[in-house]
Order: sequence, then C-alpha cells, then structure tokens
Amino acid sequence: MAAKTQVNVTMEGETARVSLAGAWTIAAAAELDGQLRRLALPKARRATLDLSGIEALDTAGAWLIRQAAKTLADGGLTVALAGADRRASALLETVGAVDQVTHEPSKEPPGVVELLARLGFGTAFVVREARSYLGFMGLTLETAVSVALRPSRFRFTSFVFHLEAVGLNALPIVGLISFLIGVVMAYQGATQLRLFGAEIFVVDLVAISVLREIGILLTAIVVAGRSGSAFTAQIGTMKLREEVDAMRTLGLDPVEVLVLPRLTALVVALPILCFFSDIMGLIGGAMMAWADLDISPTAFVTRVQDRISITHFWVGMIKAPVFAAMIGLVGCYQGLKVKGDSGSVGRLTTRSVVQSIFLVIVADAVFSIFFNLIGV
Amino acid sequence: MSEPVIRVRGLRTKLGGKEIHKDLDLEVERGEILGVVGGSGTGKSVLMRTILGLIRPREGEVEVLGKKVDPLDRDTMLTLERRWGVLFQDGALFSSLTVSENVQVPMHEHLDLPPALAEELALLKIRLAGLKAEDGRKYPSELSGGMRKRAALARALALDPDIVFLDEPTAGLDPVGAAQFDELLQNLSRNLGFTVFLITHDLDTLYAVTDRIAVLADKKVLVTAPIAELERHEHPWIHEYFHGPRGRAAKASAMIDEST
Repeated sequence: MAAKTQVNVTMEGETARVSLAGAWTIAAAAELDGQLRRLALPKARRATLDLSGIEALDTAGAWLIRQAAKTLADGGLTVALAGADRRASALLETVGAVDQVTHEPSKEPPGVVELLARLGFGTAFVVREARSYLGFMGLTLETAVSVALRPSRFRFTSFVFHLEAVGLNALPIVGLISFLIGVVMAYQGATQLRLFGAEIFVVDLVAISVLREIGILLTAIVVAGRSGSAFTAQIGTMKLREEVDAMRTLGLDPVEVLVLPRLTALVVALPILCFFSDIMGLIGGAMMAWADLDISPTAFVTRVQDRISITHFWVGMIKAPVFAAMIGLVGCYQGLKVKGDSGSVGRLTTRSVVQSIFLVIVADAVFSIFFNLIGV
Repeated sequence: MSEPVIRVRGLRTKLGGKEIHKDLDLEVERGEILGVVGGSGTGKSVLMRTILGLIRPREGEVEVLGKKVDPLDRDTMLTLERRWGVLFQDGALFSSLTVSENVQVPMHEHLDLPPALAEELALLKIRLAGLKAEDGRKYPSELSGGMRKRAALARALALDPDIVFLDEPTAGLDPVGAAQFDELLQNLSRNLGFTVFLITHDLDTLYAVTDRIAVLADKKVLVTAPIAELERHEHPWIHEYFHGPRGRAAKASAMIDEST
C-alpha cells in the first residue's frame, strides 16, 4: 500500500507514455502535485496516462490525474487515459462530473480602498444604528402608553420575576463594590487632606462624590454588565429558536411581552440599587474615616447632615431611571437584532454591554453640564 | 468475509445515571451502508458518540478498523480520526470559518498540503457534495439547512475516509433534497468505497441506500439484517415501523424506483 508514488515518462515516437504508480491518495497529494507540475513533454504530440500501476486511488488522486490531463491537453497534446480499472474509472468520472467549472480566485481590493470601504461601512452602520434606536425607542414608548391605558395587559408576573433578577439579586455585588469604593475614596482623600490638616473634609469628599456621581455610575455599570447583557442573551436566544416569531403568530407583541416587563423592572430596580449603593458607599467612607482619622460614625453622620445638602442626593437619584431606561432599551434592542447563528448572540451581547456603558457615561456628562448650568 | 470495520462488544453506557445501552453488540462490514434505527431516546447518537470515543463506555469495548477506541490513547485516536469522517446532526460546521476553510480544517490538521492545493481539493469536495464552487466562500450562517448538511458532508469527506458516520443527514431536508442526498451518498460510497454508519429516521433513505439495518431497542441492537428480512420480523416496534403507513409508502416508492 505504501509503495512510492511516482510519475514516469517513456517516449514511443511522438507518444509520451506517462506511467503513474503507487498510492495516489490525499496523503501523497503534495508530492504528486509537485511531480505533475514538473512534468514537461516538449517533443510529444500525444500523451497516454497509464494508470495500471496505481495501487490506491482516492478523490484527491483522481482530481490530480484529471488536472494533469487537462494541463497536457491545454498544451496542444492529444491525451488518452489507459489502464484504469472499473473503480478508478468510476472515481475519475465522479470527480470529472463536478470539475467542469473552473474556480476563479476572488480579487482582493487593495489595502487603502479596503480601509476606506470599512470606514464607510462603519459610519453608515453608526447612522443606521442610531436611527433604528430612535425607532425602537418610539415603538417601546408607544407600547408603554397603550399598556398604561389598559393596565390589565401589563405582564405583572414577568415584571416581578425580572425585578428579582435585576434588583434583589444584584444587591450583594452592588453593595460590596460601593462599600469598597467608599473605603478607597476615604483613604485616598485622608492621605491628601491630612497634608493641609483638613482631615474632616474627607466626609464632604466622600459624601458629595458618592451621592452625586459614584453611587449611580457604579450601579449603572454593574447593572449594564449584569442585566443588560442578560436581556440581550435571553431575547437573542428566544429569537434564534424562533420563539419571537411564534409569539407574533400567536398575536403576542414581543415588545409588550419581552421588552416592557424588563424595562419597567430595571427602571424600578435601578433607583433602589442606587440608594443602596449610596448608603453602602457612605458606610465604607465612615468606616475608613473612623479607622484612619478617628472620626467617629456619629460625627460622620452629624457632619453629613449639617454640611451636605439633600440636593446632592437627588442629583444622583434622578439619573437612575434615565440610565435604567437606556440600559434596558439597548439590551432588549440588541437581543431582538440577533439572527443567523448562535455566534451572533455572543457578539451582540458584547455590543450591548459596551454601548450601554458608553451611553450611560455620555448621559452622565450631559447631566453634569446641565446641573452646572442650572446651578445645582 | 473480511474483518468488520466496526466491532462493538458487550457495550454498557450510562449517562446522567440512566442506563442507555446494556450488552450491546454490533458489527459493521467493510464497504456496507449500515442504517441505524430506533425510537427516540434509544441511544442512536450515544452509540455513535461512543464509537467515536466521545463518550467512554462503562463496560465493553469498541474496535474500529481493528484498533481499540480509547479516548485516552492519543496516538490511536489520531490515526482513527484521520480515517473517519463525521456528519453531526446539525452539521456542526465551525461558524467562524467559511465552508471552504471548514473543509480544509482536517487537511491542515492531519496533512501538510500547500495552501493552494488544499483550497483546490476543498473545492472539489464541496462540488462533490453537490454545492457550487462559490458556496465555498460563504459562512455557515449564510447557508440553508440543506446546504449546511452538504457542506458538513464535504468536511466529513475531506480526507477520503474509510468510514463515514452520518447522524440524521436527511432530517430537515425537503423530499427532493433528501432524495438527492441519498443518491449522492450511494454514488460516493460506491465510487469512493467507504463504509457508512447511518443514523436515520427517514424510511425512504433506508429503502434507497442501506445494505443492512441495525435496530436499537431495549438497550441493545435487537437485530441487524437487510431490510427485506426486517419486514418479516415479529418484534412489535419493528413491525409497526415497517408496516405503518409511512413504511408502506416508502416501500411502494422504492419499488417504483426500481422498476423504472
């Protein structure tokens, strides 16, 4: 079986006899391809490919033989095949039947053109995406209004289920992260403020930044990673399994059934999480202030009550439902965009997290400018 | 008669605490197309996965091409993987690669072929499997169900294997597509001379292409016989299978095919 594969040429007048021997299988294809490419018959007018020496033949071998015959024929020779047994002829025929079409290699455009094209595609994609976001927002809003007019259509069970998933179950992680950030801020603040003998201002530092920015921002980012991605994956998987189409045929509106309960759950849960995060952040700061600066928790609380206006708390709080709506909308929108294979679930889940975090931070910046302008 | 290419002896498999097979014996002869049938949940796919070494049996042994299948014996598995091709139920094409790249995966993994030659051979397999050359550049997600099966068959045939395992290749295909697939399979197995282990529910396929059929029931291979013999078998499930309305229809169409 493992005989040496080879190509031998003997000349008989103007007829070249090309004897093929050995195992013509895919394992030897590289070697055979090389030998056939070197095959040159400058003096011959006719060529006979003699297959009687072939011990094993598979489709790769048969294809190589046909290629060789074609190359020789293109060079102006009359080509004949000889010595093929029944199996070999059948194989050659099978391969030949599908080998009519010659394959044209695809032409790659040059690098610069490719680059510009990708830039164009990217820009067009962003514009399209922004437009369909607006469309989706409108659709959701419209559905929300029509459900608000007929509250019996609101999916209360689903709402409660998602409230537990995005709210209650997120408490430990949000609490822990906020507490630690409170500790870190108090510690870093103390190190710097001690240089001026202004340790007591650690309380102001921690309270204002946690209440205004850190609490809500951290919560929103954790929720985007935890729940926004889950929304995309859940809805995306349902989309792939055609559950969403099934819903439509049964007269159920996917926006009403899938999007609204998730969105309302998030809008309710995020302010609660944000409040919890504020408290945990303050506790973290108070603990560190107590341990590092000997400011007792009582003194910390008194100072917060005396010095920190409640406005700071509301500035943070008011952002929560807005961020929640953004995260929920992006998560559901990307989920509904899933199509084709399961790979797109992963791709769109990633995109959902990236976009919602990006939008949250942009919105936070807009809020800052706005509050600055109205002087709160 | 030559050595059987697949020999399963006294197989016992358990999955998730549930016994799937017990004392299962099976032999597949060289060059034959063996159909494997059985009700849902009788462990047809599990049997295939056990033969392929993807599941380790509790007891018994599996020999393929005279070598004992043992997932821990990397060298043996490598030689075996080189000599069998598998078509999974849903194609199992790698979604990040084009069809042509999918077909080239086993070539690059087991052989050292120049890229241009591998590309040409991949295109040959793709056309052999009944797809067009330009389909080779497409991604699996751009193909219809039937085309995906054909692409998966092209990948299974990439190395001209001795044994081809097919798990419900015609499920989800329209009758025309299924019939074409049957014909393709029969042609290829006759011309390329490989052995086929074919799991199917498709009675038309059973009538059209199989040499023998193994029936899985009661945790073992109840009987392995040509279809004509099975029709006379008395086991209630087998009887119902071949004499139910679908069985009769498939047989009738097979007879018409033969007489024309």
